[in-house]
Amino acid sequence: MLEIERVTVEFRPKKGPPKVALQDVNLTIRPGEFVVALGASGCGKTTLLNTVAGFLPPTSGQIRLAGAPVLGPGRERGVVFQQHALMPWLSVVGNVEFGLRLQGLPRGERRRIALECLDKVGLSHAADQPVYELSGGMQQRVGVARAIATSPDVMLLDEPLGALDAFTRESVQEILLDIWRDSARMFFFITHDVEEALFLSTRLLIMAPQPGRIVHEFDVPFSRRFAQSHNARAVKAAPEFIEMREHILDLVRHTSSGSVQ
Amino acid sequence: MTPPNTILKTTPDIAVTVAPETPQKTVPPASPTGSRYLGTPGAGTSRTISTVTVALVLALWWSATHFGWIKPLFLPSPELTFKAFVDAIHGNTQGQTPLLNHVLVSLARVFCAFFLAVLTAVPLGIAMGTSRIVRGIFDPLIEFYRPLPPLAYLPLIVIWLGIDEGAKVTLIYLACAAPLAMAAQAGVRGVAIEQINAAYALGGSRWQIITLVILPAALPEILTGMRIAIGFGWTTLVAAEMVAASVGLGQMVLNASNFLRTDIVIMGIIIIGVLAYLFDTLMRQAERRLTPWKGKM
Repeated sequence: MLEIERVTVEFRPKKGPPKVALQDVNLTIRPGEFVVALGASGCGKTTLLNTVAGFLPPTSGQIRLAGAPVLGPGRERGVVFQQHALMPWLSVVGNVEFGLRLQGLPRGERRRIALECLDKVGLSHAADQPVYELSGGMQQRVGVARAIATSPDVMLLDEPLGALDAFTRESVQEILLDIWRDSARMFFFITHDVEEALFLSTRLLIMAPQPGRIVHEFDVPFSRRFAQSHNARAVKAAPEFIEMREHILDLVRHTSSGSVQ
Repeated sequence: MTPPNTILKTTPDIAVTVAPETPQKTVPPASPTGSRYLGTPGAGTSRTISTVTVALVLALWWSATHFGWIKPLFLPSPELTFKAFVDAIHGNTQGQTPLLNHVLVSLARVFCAFFLAVLTAVPLGIAMGTSRIVRGIFDPLIEFYRPLPPLAYLPLIVIWLGIDEGAKVTLIYLACAAPLAMAAQAGVRGVAIEQINAAYALGGSRWQIITLVILPAALPEILTGMRIAIGFGWTTLVAAEMVAASVGLGQMVLNASNFLRTDIVIMGIIIIGVLAYLFDTLMRQAERRLTPWKGKM
């Protein structure tokens, strides 16, 4: 279980008043949950993910994973970045096994695990290619394979599909849901795309800026529905999906326009 | 007046006229005159143009000396320079040292200093990039001596280290070390924070991140720094061989200038230039081999 308790993050610029990026955020994520944070830019979603990843210490409050406080980055929390952040001097499989290499696993063992993970993202055929020759969608899938290779309890994904075209985006969404369904991991995913948020999440958080905070929370059924039917188009075209999408679009529009005043 | 049908009538039969098809290399279409398409600025190969430039300079050199525009004392002819080269190979110069010895001794000095600089200055630059304390200590020292002309501190080095090989290698070493340290430091600064965070999130230790992420990520900059550093090494060679050297390319040039042997001076300059160019070509190939991702990610 991941517990975020009264987390506040303040940035203190050299000039001017401190900027409150996150205020009093409370959130609990249980195993098997796919939590998506949705909001316009500047609402603190990336800040929240960075504090959970351990890249950024909270100004106040606490984050606990399985009861133990988070005091920095750690391999029980896998991260997929907005810009894939792969190592161009390593091959595809070299990137995926990088985390296992850091742990000191023997070469054959880590290659076996890395190939398994590449298979899950549908890239076994590209194992020995250099990553800088891959398309953006393939690079992002390598990023996902790298994050799951060390079998983390929590997957943190920071707008990983933002730079992809609509078709590639949907296929990577399906890959993510397959990985989620096959494990009891906790997923925390950030996006500004309403449809993506609805399709992936079991719980949807809507965040608002100034100060960054969670303003709405919904339980969402569609990712479980996809896990059963495996038909993304049918799930996304269902009247219920469209209705909820419009409702949430309205909410997001209100929360961001309200904060401007 | 010719009737309008003449041309058609004289055209031979079909079978003869088909031109043989020659395979063509794919060349980007030539832009029409007056076009405003720029494309990538400076795209395309420049090798032919460079060859023409070199040929023109050689031709100018030859004409200037051959038609007596310039006195041979100021600019000896290409033939005289080549003769000086052949003579030097056989050791027919002041000092009687064969040219090969001059070359080998100078190469040894430059490369000895260069490799020492790579072994010490690259780790130092990485340490400066990754540690506030190391940067605080070494930054003012390097920034102070870096812009100094080596000739300015040469006397000090001679007083401190004597007139042996040590002083010469030290002088060249100092010239190479500063750009290497700066390049390595800049390389470290240029590493994307996401790459470092990714490695931390995968459980990497500080040391693992320096050796497995920062060092390879900084490699393109380090290789560029090596090319710049070896250039400084060659530049400093003559200065290093000014004091108490009896052999070496720089010494050969200096000695020849004392006797107004411009032919040997020019020959020596060309040899240093060619050696430096050859090494730079090797380094560029190494760059392509070692950092094929450069500019692609």
